Amino acid sequence: MFKRLDEAASIVAIEVDGKTVRARSGDTVAAAMLAGGIDHCRTTPVSGAPRAPYCLMGVCFECLVTIDGVGSRQGCLVPVRDGMRVETQQGKREVGR
Amino acid sequence: MTEASNFASSYDLVVIGGGPAGLAAAALASRAGASTVLFDENPDIGGQIYRGITSTPIKSHAVLGEDYWAGAALAAEAKASGALIVTGATVWSLDPSRLVGVSVAGKARMIQAQRVIIATGSLERPFPLPGWTLPGVMTAGAAQTALKAHGLVPDGRVLLAGCGPLLWLLAAQLLRAGTKIEAILDTTPRSNWLRALPHLPDFLLSSYWSKGLALLREVKAKVPVIPIQRLSAHGEGKLQHVEYRSSGKDYRRRVDMLLLHQGVVPNVNLASAAGVAHRWNERQLCLEPVLDVDFGSSVPGIAVAGDGAGIAGGAAAAERGRIAAIAAVHALRPSASVPDPQSVRQRLQREELGRGFLDTLYRPADAFRLPEGETIVCRCEEVTAKQIHDMTAMGCEGPNQMKAFLRCGMGPCQGRLCGLTVTELIAAGRHARPADVGYYRLRPPVKPITLAELASLPISEAERKAVER
Repeated sequence: MFKRLDEAASIVAIEVDGKTVRARSGDTVAAAMLAGGIDHCRTTPVSGAPRAPYCLMGVCFECLVTIDGVGSRQGCLVPVRDGMRVETQQGKREVGR
Repeated sequence: MTEASNFASSYDLVVIGGGPAGLAAAALASRAGASTVLFDENPDIGGQIYRGITSTPIKSHAVLGEDYWAGAALAAEAKASGALIVTGATVWSLDPSRLVGVSVAGKARMIQAQRVIIATGSLERPFPLPGWTLPGVMTAGAAQTALKAHGLVPDGRVLLAGCGPLLWLLAAQLLRAGTKIEAILDTTPRSNWLRALPHLPDFLLSSYWSKGLALLREVKAKVPVIPIQRLSAHGEGKLQHVEYRSSGKDYRRRVDMLLLHQGVVPNVNLASAAGVAHRWNERQLCLEPVLDVDFGSSVPGIAVAGDGAGIAGGAAAAERGRIAAIAAVHALRPSASVPDPQSVRQRLQREELGRGFLDTLYRPADAFRLPEGETIVCRCEEVTAKQIHDMTAMGCEGPNQMKAFLRCGMGPCQGRLCGLTVTELIAAGRHARPADVGYYRLRPPVKPITLAELASLPISEAERKAVER
């Protein structure tokens, strides 16, 4: 859905659902996912519909993902870190994460 | 990175939000000798207007425009002022005694503030239309954030839809960044022009006039602008096409990205939860806090500055932050030297000139604020317009009852996105005024926090004994 204007930035690698995604240092998780061609961050608890970031400013909670085992993190507020493990969130947050 | 354990247990001034209002307020108060901490939940200061101002990968000043780069001086001033500036900090609680609950990197702290300035800014007005939850549909502000903070531009066939100054600014910025925009679907009702005319003289005196005209020219030279009266988004699992009505005819168009915008409204969640009185602004169709001339709220010691006090834009936000900070310093340290408040007020007045015209011209049409049928209103709980209509017809009187009936506004966003739509839909159904219908009753925590964060709060000996027995 998005492309980068500038590819010449320092690159970190994160893992999204087991797949390596290259991100720019300074990206948030949501930005890295949008640039990485991942078309949704989560599915809804009610109908299972896919959702992608809508506001990118911490308001809409459509970018909820599991980050390093912790569920329901707002991907648009968390900066990427090399080796970070991200999982798209299926439905509601599960007990234990 | 500042850790929660580094915070003092109390500060003269706690500023919440690192946009223009918060940065200006923190800089002024700290310079005047008040111990000041500023919290912002984003990874960087700047708020949304100056998003990424100290870290943006966009190096060409022309892309984002000189108004954006004006934020660099503000950020530098705040950083040099001695105020403690903490990013990645989520304020999840504020009570009338000015006890601030904040989390940083998974650790929470309670901080006592002598004065608080809430500078949480604005958010985009909900734009509920069929298919607006599909991946590929996002707000214009989101695309602007992606550009400013991350150097990302929308890819493929891009459509913009809506009304308001920000939509035109984003269009210009995307064009300068080399993005092709297929079209702008303009939702501005034609009748608004007539209503806006009486406000034209003030607008002609404001800085918006020449800037706005230049923007319109720049964009219209490259992008077709289509006036529309209806819009819906469609696709399987993601956006594939839109349908719209223009001058009585229906059109269908393949598209990869749809960017929606119909103005911004104050982000009232934190101030509401702190007990600050709010009122309905009929011209801007939103809630705003009731404030005095120093932006002091109904709760002693708590001020609301910036766009959170009512929409007026970034330059006005900074002046409002300064006025609120001068009042705070006066109360805390009457002998401290501060700038002349009268000159700040005059600058603010100049900045606010012209809003009447913009607010009236870009007042969004009912068709794009009051959805019908199966259109989702509450994105979190997937509550539809029809469900809200039906419940209102059954006698459900306000947004808080709607929560109980439909879980509307009960998802993780806590009603941030659907609040205004729900209030207006119930008002329409009851033939009442939005002011009488009211808004969601908000309460802490205003942002979700984990039990682990709560458990990280320092415990006093007395508190430990109280549970050990």
